Amino acid sequence: MNHTAIKLDGVERNFGAVRALAGVSLAVGSGECLGLVGHNGAGKSTLMHILAGTLSPDKGDISVGGTRHEGYWSVNVARTNGIRCVFQELSLCPNLTVAENVRIVHGSLKGIGWKKRSQDIALQKLDEIFPGHGISPSDAISDLPIGKRQMAEIARAFTVTDIPLRLVILDEPTSSLDAVTAQQLLTFVRSQVTKGTSVILISHLLGDILGTCDRIAVMKDGKTVAERPAKKFDRHSLVAAMGTEVNQNKSTTAKLAKAKSQAPVAIRAKPKTAADTGELIAHQGEIIGLAGLSGHGQTRMLLQIFSRSDAEVPAPVAFIAGDRQSDGIFHLWSIASNVTIRSLRSLLRRGLIASDGEGLLAAEWKKRMGIRTSDMNNNILTLSGGNQQKTLFARALGSEARIILMDDPMRGVDIGTKLEVYEMIAREAKAGRTFVWYTTEMEELQYCDRAYVFRNGAIAASLEHEDLTEEKILQASFAESSAA
Amino acid sequence: MTNIWNRLRHEPWIWSFLAAIGVWLATIAYTGGQGAGEILTAALSFATFSIIVGLGQMMVITTGPGNVDLSIPATITLAGVVAMKVMDTDSARLLLGIGAALGASFLVGVFNYGLIRLLRIPPIIATLSSSFLVLSTAISYGRGIRIKPPLPLDSFATMRILGIPLAAVFVLVLSIVLAIVIKRTLYGRAVVAIGQNPRAAWLAGINVNRTRFMTYVLSALLAGVCGILLSGFSGGAALNMGEEFLLASIAVVVIGGTSVAGGRASVPGIWGAALFMYLLVTMLNTFGASAGVRLIMTGVIIITVIVLAGGETQSK
Repeated sequence: MNHTAIKLDGVERNFGAVRALAGVSLAVGSGECLGLVGHNGAGKSTLMHILAGTLSPDKGDISVGGTRHEGYWSVNVARTNGIRCVFQELSLCPNLTVAENVRIVHGSLKGIGWKKRSQDIALQKLDEIFPGHGISPSDAISDLPIGKRQMAEIARAFTVTDIPLRLVILDEPTSSLDAVTAQQLLTFVRSQVTKGTSVILISHLLGDILGTCDRIAVMKDGKTVAERPAKKFDRHSLVAAMGTEVNQNKSTTAKLAKAKSQAPVAIRAKPKTAADTGELIAHQGEIIGLAGLSGHGQTRMLLQIFSRSDAEVPAPVAFIAGDRQSDGIFHLWSIASNVTIRSLRSLLRRGLIASDGEGLLAAEWKKRMGIRTSDMNNNILTLSGGNQQKTLFARALGSEARIILMDDPMRGVDIGTKLEVYEMIAREAKAGRTFVWYTTEMEELQYCDRAYVFRNGAIAASLEHEDLTEEKILQASFAESSAA
Repeated sequence: MTNIWNRLRHEPWIWSFLAAIGVWLATIAYTGGQGAGEILTAALSFATFSIIVGLGQMMVITTGPGNVDLSIPATITLAGVVAMKVMDTDSARLLLGIGAALGASFLVGVFNYGLIRLLRIPPIIATLSSSFLVLSTAISYGRGIRIKPPLPLDSFATMRILGIPLAAVFVLVLSIVLAIVIKRTLYGRAVVAIGQNPRAAWLAGINVNRTRFMTYVLSALLAGVCGILLSGFSGGAALNMGEEFLLASIAVVVIGGTSVAGGRASVPGIWGAALFMYLLVTMLNTFGASAGVRLIMTGVIIITVIVLAGGETQSK
């Protein structure tokens, strides 16, 4: 690290009474990859929004290349200084194609043939980062599954026309990517860094952070509490710095797989998306994982079970969305209404919804999920992403549903919350609830009694708990392609 | 006082009431206080009809972007014609006529949603085209006849108690019931949830199609109620009786602070907006404005109110 690319000095930002940033100073060297970790609501995303110019700081300075920036720091100033962002909530225009989205951020792509040129740029960058991505630049964003949308957005952030890249901010970039594409991205990040571009990487996947970054900053309650070279951290010290008490020995592996397979069958379903496929069977009280590369039919399997088409599902079902913006939250409603919507039927008294019953249910689940808010009657959007996700968990677990379908629900959720939720899932399963869990994270499969590996819409393999290793799952995900 | 104001100014419907009061004050200032009460009574009488159809339109618009019922005017006419013809000025056939008119309206609602759901026609086209069919039916059924309403209906629609129209009291009760339905019943919650995000609503276990179906039927039924009352009020059905309610039903919803993008309904706003619309025309008439000026002013003032009311919600 020769000189600093971007430097923040004493940055503060408040949202009403909530202090999101309490004087943060942070510098990124050119050709450096800085990792940023911390709990949900620690202020990471707010800080990045300030760097990108989408939020303005209440106080503090921003310096570019060693000189302090005078005047208003806006989105355009950030752009002309070569700062690019991939935010946690994806920001592509869904009605436009990949190439058109590239054009939006590159004013220099104009005149006759701009479409062709932006298609070329988009395709070249996608090929460079994600070989074998399967995206066409003329695809409309709304037609792409969330994983591919994220790939398109990441590729767009690295495209260069007239302004050289100085800093790319990646906020939870791998949250919707499967293991293979996530690795492609991290490899690409390393190669960019050696070329002199700076990268800020925010992730709750500590392995990614430790393996990719040169330096790691830990944020807590709107401040940086630790900042060291990545080599000086390991998984344990990083978690300790974040202030999470992780009991690594907490054994969720005390499995009762044998006893469970005697329990009555809760779900029996066969994917409609492929002819030659295995069958999914879940017994009562089991946690069933859906694995494989993302976008290979796992979400469709969940929706098929949910809508009971070609699936035997005798008990009531609840769905926990991973893509919370489009599948989960009701943005005009309070947190409480968002929790209770799935349980209103049980709150009826003489045909009307009992409002005190609603309040009690919301208060109970605020406590049980640890939703961080002063008042459950606040609008849902006042919550950070991870807490919105907790709200969706509360909605499903608070309902009468005996079967819970989860569509990669831990996107952008911090490790402390994750561990709490894992524990709750294990407890609920023990009490007889059945879980079907699509996840892109290898670690989460360790909580499953059995996992089905999906490939091209079909169930390619069924692995029992003791066989759930990364190697075996990858083998099943790729078997066909390596044979071909 | 400031406390109350601070709470009220965040309510989306408050602007329509402020506008209505403002217009009323301007009118009586011009006349020197003369006829202040009479203007209010008249406003209540006429606003009643826009409120009934406005409530139905509000529910439809609240189910989300693209949902709108343009068949309301035709349904009003059909219900009016059917009611008058079946009653045939005979008080004993009053209930039969009401039942027949509501039955016809119900069928219009079913037909509308059938077009939308089964033939996948966008609501704006589906309800517009069905309104031609409905209006043609009304014309051929009621060809050339002008039948007076039976006495009980006439007096119910026109009677006043201490200056307050009986019909307005009836509609007030209807509005309160609907407000409770929206806030405290499964159907009402479902409508508001679907309007915000139909996919999330489906995944939260809500039957989206049934809810939308019920909403289009409800809108048609309310148009039917309006048609029956209006026939009683104006001494019989006429083939153009629904005409003015196409714009009115949508305008009262929008001015009243119901979100055009769906997901937020406001019953009080419908009242404020309907009174405002009538009082605005009264004011411009009192000022002696010509028809052209009146139309221009109506447009400008409606836009102003929407901007004022809309600015408040966007700033959050």
